[in-house]
Amino acid sequence: MRILGLAGRRLAASIPTLILILIGVFLLLQFAPGDTVDAMMAQMGGGDAATAKELRKFYGLDLSIPAQLGNYLWRLVRLDLGFSSIYGKPVSSVIIERLPPTILLMTASLSFAFFFGLVFGVIAARGVNRWPDTLISTLGLIFYATPSFWFGLMAIVVFSVYLQWLPPGGFEDIGTVRTGIWRVLDIASHLVLPTLTLGLIFLAIYLRIMRASMLEVLNLDYVRTARAKGLDETRVVTRHVLRNALLPMVTLIGLQAGTMLGGSVVVESVFSLPGLGRLAYESVVQRDLNTLLGIVFVSALLVISVNFVVDLIYARLDPRITAGG
Amino acid sequence: MDAVKRYFRSPAAVAGLILLLIVIAMAVSAGWLYPRDPLALAGRPLVWPFSNPRFLLGTDNSGRDIAAQIFYGARISLLIGGVATAIAILIGILVGAFAGYYGGWVDNVLMRITEAFQTLPNFVLLLVLVAVFGSTLTTVTIAVGVVSWPAPARLTRAEFLSLRNREFVQAGRTLGMKNIQLIFGEILPNALPPVIVYASVVMAVAILLESALAFLRLSDPNVASWGNLIGLGRDVLRVQWYVSAIPGIAILVTVLAVSLVGQGLNDALNPRLKGR
Amino acid sequence: MSGKETILSLDRLGVRLPRGADRTHALRDVSLEIASNEILCVVGESGSGKSMMANAVMRLLPNEVTIGSGRVMFEGRDLCAASVAEMREVRGAGIAMIFQEPMTALNPLRTIGDQIAEMFSIHTGLSKAEINTRVLALLADVRIPDPKVAARAYPHELSGGQRQRAMIAMALALDPKLLIADEPTTALDVTTQAQILKLIRDLQQRRKTAVMFITHDFGVVAEIADRVGVMQHGVIVEQGTASDVLHHPQHAYTKQLIAAVPPLKAPPPRALAADNILTITDVSKTYRTGGFLGRGARVTPAVKNVSLNLPRGATLGIVGESGSGKSTLARCIVRLIDPDAGSIVLDGSDWAKMPREEVRRETRHIQMVFQDPFASLNPRRKAAELVAQGPIVHGTPRAEAIADAKELFSLVGLDPSSADRYPHEFSGGQRQRIGLARALALKPEVLVADEPVSALDVSVQAQVLKLLAELRARLGLSIVFITHDLRVAAQICDLVAVMKDGAVVEHGLAGEVFGNPQHPYTQALLDSIPGGEFAREHDTTAV
Repeated sequence: MRILGLAGRRLAASIPTLILILIGVFLLLQFAPGDTVDAMMAQMGGGDAATAKELRKFYGLDLSIPAQLGNYLWRLVRLDLGFSSIYGKPVSSVIIERLPPTILLMTASLSFAFFFGLVFGVIAARGVNRWPDTLISTLGLIFYATPSFWFGLMAIVVFSVYLQWLPPGGFEDIGTVRTGIWRVLDIASHLVLPTLTLGLIFLAIYLRIMRASMLEVLNLDYVRTARAKGLDETRVVTRHVLRNALLPMVTLIGLQAGTMLGGSVVVESVFSLPGLGRLAYESVVQRDLNTLLGIVFVSALLVISVNFVVDLIYARLDPRITAGG
Repeated sequence: MDAVKRYFRSPAAVAGLILLLIVIAMAVSAGWLYPRDPLALAGRPLVWPFSNPRFLLGTDNSGRDIAAQIFYGARISLLIGGVATAIAILIGILVGAFAGYYGGWVDNVLMRITEAFQTLPNFVLLLVLVAVFGSTLTTVTIAVGVVSWPAPARLTRAEFLSLRNREFVQAGRTLGMKNIQLIFGEILPNALPPVIVYASVVMAVAILLESALAFLRLSDPNVASWGNLIGLGRDVLRVQWYVSAIPGIAILVTVLAVSLVGQGLNDALNPRLKGR
Repeated sequence: MSGKETILSLDRLGVRLPRGADRTHALRDVSLEIASNEILCVVGESGSGKSMMANAVMRLLPNEVTIGSGRVMFEGRDLCAASVAEMREVRGAGIAMIFQEPMTALNPLRTIGDQIAEMFSIHTGLSKAEINTRVLALLADVRIPDPKVAARAYPHELSGGQRQRAMIAMALALDPKLLIADEPTTALDVTTQAQILKLIRDLQQRRKTAVMFITHDFGVVAEIADRVGVMQHGVIVEQGTASDVLHHPQHAYTKQLIAAVPPLKAPPPRALAADNILTITDVSKTYRTGGFLGRGARVTPAVKNVSLNLPRGATLGIVGESGSGKSTLARCIVRLIDPDAGSIVLDGSDWAKMPREEVRRETRHIQMVFQDPFASLNPRRKAAELVAQGPIVHGTPRAEAIADAKELFSLVGLDPSSADRYPHEFSGGQRQRIGLARALALKPEVLVADEPVSALDVSVQAQVLKLLAELRARLGLSIVFITHDLRVAAQICDLVAVMKDGAVVEHGLAGEVFGNPQHPYTQALLDSIPGGEFAREHDTTAV
């Protein structure tokens, strides 16, 4: 219960952050050349000034900026993100359609990066300065330096064009209608390359952090105590080192959630995944500012919820958190 | 200096430095080796690398010399990486120093803002900035710097938090020093080494961010940037994959070099962590 | 020996340090024996290799540090030659160990009970229920108030003394033949230290365990040791029974160490000036921490209505255990912390109510010396610069200030030619002298010294105290001296105030407070001084 209370308080503290973001980005977008109506008119292939004025009035764009901001925030409270003129439907429904691929991709990449980062980090730390460590650390550095979109393109060349093992893009095969397990497998096969592409850099980060934090914990006094008790090295690691070394990794998930979501913009573009990231890109290109603002709101919400979960996990792992606050 | 000696004792750090020097040399010599505009038509399109001695690395889909673009691209990457990093570190140090030193409401306000920047995915913010201010070299550089400052700010703040109550700072205060003297004269020099090391991470990320932006054709199209070239090569990926492959390797090598140098600096400046 | 069998014997043990260290060996030809039912104290100053010896016996040496020669005989076999698996059976079950810092020596993420139970689960096949009862019995044995609650607690939820009790319970879980205690009371307050020493003594006598007790404090030796080994630079220079070594030391180093132990008796009182340079009246400071919209806020009164006087030219000692508020009071006096209420009158002006900016300008009247000789000097400034900083801030031209600083160097007993070095090139005692010179550079009338010798080895401690007394006489300084160590206070202070929980419980002339303590807490503090008897006797022999 105390854990929930703590995480709840963190959640409440993120509301001002969210409002700050919305106000900041809203004001920022006022500087953008052209507004939604301009974009619409362009879409329609031009129109006269009277129509534009009419439309501006309809969308409340003729009001003062503070009034527009107030309107926007008030609509947000009612979960109304406005209307996308490009897609011709409410922004919220556009975003909800695009949300599942992104969430799937992020979950898969995070699990992939976390699991292998942990395993490789432990292996490297256990054999510090010997060949497994050197190999893993070198690979980590290279992964870290690899631009994800380039890795994605090269993976397409190798696995889709030459080997033809995996599809080069898309979320599922549109040509044939599949159901149940077959559909799941089809989506999974479409997600293998994007997951690797997005997860690679995070794998590199996690394994580096895990290695460093293992090495640090291995030097702490209580590990010496554990050895003085007569524990063998395996049990020293599993019972006294691992959980303590995991703490910085868990913190990092929260800090990197935003970066990962940002990375999905590029990866979804490379693999033509109909996700939130690609939507963000499209709305920039098409100047669909309403949708862009909606995406900003939703991605901030996503990051905040990831952090909420991370807080819960952290408090579960570390009893010191709930004690004093 | 011990730190210099320690740096040169690490083969990885030396390798990183050599790679970085090569990239710098490429940037410097670009105008001399390829006096013509790298974005001008040079020959037949899609010449494979090593097949024509005039175009060592071949030509892209519009017949421009890839090698020239790689050399000029080094300039752009280093320029954007360097300037954006300087911007990010400068903002980060100022925000972190004041938040960490003063604490209380100053810290609260500054950290709320930092948190806001971290909650918003940095690439999404970058897209918003580019959408609003356009994609010239200057705006892209500033935008990359503006989205990169929160991490150095947090790091500086953490350093200040641990240093501000050290006895040597208290001693400075009992000697009658002003807050500004304490912040910039006493604490900052001690807080700086980890921030400087972190600058290498910021620079690596800045180079990657710009190349991703260029790949999406949202960066300045009028300069020879590695990301632009990868984006261009995407149209002919199935057969002439080398158009995308070559600039990617250039990015990889540059980022790797920056990271290795950063790691080498870290080990040289914090010797007690080395080899553990 | 009558009925005693040898448990552990070190035979010409040598431990080699990695290349590049300041010397080749951490230990050289160390030969020692410990019999059952005895406590062997190994004494030495920092860097003497005493902890290295303990770790060598357990074969828990840091990487690249190796046993080079000799044997460690335990239960008829040489531990140096034992396999890793054999060693694991010895650790915990045959030889157990407790450490200096119980907070870091326990895993913060697992409960006390869980960590003690691990001893049984590694070395025995007992059932869960059986282990559980044993754990509770052990916790009761080390006299932890509520064993059931303590077993479920995490380390951070217990006090320092209780954590060390839990460590002892864990170490004694399997009735080891030998207990190695590496400075187990150094991190504790003096009253807690007395309790833990008594506990170790009691348990050792009941269980007939052999104990190797490592310490730097001859008071502790006098309190607990049956036999003593004195260590210097990795060599045992002298060993024998406790009474022999304490009363008839043979080796020059042992004599020097014993002579440096401060006697627990105030020197004859000096005449004190009639006027007070510093008058502290009803000073209070309360900390308020945390609390979001008033929830979970914690209010800690750190200093409660303290009133004290410092006569001109005198030294006022403020003595107390950790958390007594003595450091907060010191920081209020120099206005590093703003007191909530009360007045601090220095030379007629009220220091407590002065605006910040004025404090900054007037700060040269009152200066501070800090505890930690490593943390109190900015590592990035040269020694001369550190000393000259104060005058430069207050407008002295730089060149002049640096020249003055070099003069101060000779005043505090440092070589003026070393003024261009960085702090890390000096030893702890030398750094403390730099800190002193820095404070004196502003020619203050009052010096507030916050535990200025606590981080130093005893022999260095004595030198710094002597310097302080000389400077006091020569410069007419008045000193507020904060310390947790009554023996140190007895040496240098004219007046002593004893603090507990933020309040002064007793104050008066040093001789009276130490000779005839009135408050029960003062009495308890004096009784807790390890080797109290020895310290008093030692005083008579020293005169």
